[in-house]
Amino acid sequence: MGDVAFHTATTVDEALSLVGDGSDAKVVAGGSDLIVQARGGRDLPANVVAIHRIEALRGIDASGDLTLGALASHADITASAAIRSTWTALADASAIVGSHATRNVGTIGGNVMNASPAMETGAPLLVLDARVTLRSAAGGDRTVPIDELWTGPGRTSAQPGELLIDVVVPSLPAHSGSAYVRLEYRRAMEIAIVGASACVTLDGDVVTSAAVALTAVGPTLLRSPSAAAAVIGTTGDAAALAAVAAGASADASPISDLRANEDYRRAMIGVIAKRAVDVAIRRARGEEFPIPATPVFMEGSAR
Amino acid sequence: MKHAATLNVNGMAYPVELEGDATLLDAIREDIGLTGTKTGCDDCECGACMVMIDGRPVNSCTYLALQAQGSEITTVEGLADGDELSAIQSAFLDQGGVQCGYCTPGMLVSAHALLRHNPDPSEEEIRLALSGNLCRCTGYAKIAEAVMAAAKATA
Repeated sequence: MGDVAFHTATTVDEALSLVGDGSDAKVVAGGSDLIVQARGGRDLPANVVAIHRIEALRGIDASGDLTLGALASHADITASAAIRSTWTALADASAIVGSHATRNVGTIGGNVMNASPAMETGAPLLVLDARVTLRSAAGGDRTVPIDELWTGPGRTSAQPGELLIDVVVPSLPAHSGSAYVRLEYRRAMEIAIVGASACVTLDGDVVTSAAVALTAVGPTLLRSPSAAAAVIGTTGDAAALAAVAAGASADASPISDLRANEDYRRAMIGVIAKRAVDVAIRRARGEEFPIPATPVFMEGSAR
Repeated sequence: MKHAATLNVNGMAYPVELEGDATLLDAIREDIGLTGTKTGCDDCECGACMVMIDGRPVNSCTYLALQAQGSEITTVEGLADGDELSAIQSAFLDQGGVQCGYCTPGMLVSAHALLRHNPDPSEEEIRLALSGNLCRCTGYAKIAEAVMAAAKATA
């Protein structure tokens, strides 16, 4: 515990002036990542700017494209009927972050800016082609595609003085479906061993477009072009899903760590990617599939 | 650098002076002196430190105390009405939902929040709502039964 300055900003402009004054201020929303990191040996920053009282950053607007204020919590996302029905992969992901307590404080903005390659919401944001708005006192707003935001584990392309304002997720064509599935060792307070998200659009029975992204198998969240290509033009039959699995394993570049070794991750990412694509196709066909997709799949499915 | 602040805990306003990196758990236990809230893993895993902030369960070990200014904080001490135990507290006693007792305050807070939000939960909903609370004695069956009994008692 050290000498930490603490400010609570109540407006975006106030937050921007506090983070833009060259004092290396760190923004905190719910605080869970920041404090857990400090316990892990990293120092807490000397200058903390709390943004949790900025009402303007709190909302979820699903009237056209989906706009998530930086402070939208995982509990808010999980409870949103629009997100559950349209951007379902995101609901699958937020619903399994930590526990109820984590979901009450954890925010989409904190998740995105913490840039963990194991974050649950990252792969869904990739397959849903999300973009973020970064704002600075000097430079105004700029829009960054989510692919260009994450540059490494814990690193983003945001500049000092920039604040994440919102995450925008485009609306989807008709007959689309999405899903996020993770491999987990326990039901709560878990982080993905590996995870995968898929978003597909159908024409009749055939997949006409697909995106697949992978969690915890690289230095950032990864797209898997091979897995996506393997399902386009198919009905998502067993042969196509096997090709999805092979493609995901080929595109992954996992490491060994405390939770799993490289070989296990590479083998499992194929299985999980296949399940994510399968659920996305089922949802695109209008089939009801529980949210979150993860525990039901692990316990009840014969596939 | 100490920051003067006021924390509202169980309906009382406590003036405190806190370091910028003080956790809500430390403020509640060390500065305010309410020791019902427990320090377990101190790493956002076990739920022994569970409190409610504005009615929602939060791990106080990983929440900055200064962020809780302006919110209503409820600890396990705030669940009883004077000397009268709440339904959930009585049910834990009656059903044997307490073994060593270390996880109990956190379990009670999570269960209390669940029942306020969902007065008639299924066993699956109870287990999910308590999934962020670890019991090192593994007494989960009796804990879940206690929450069911409390739900029935207040129905």
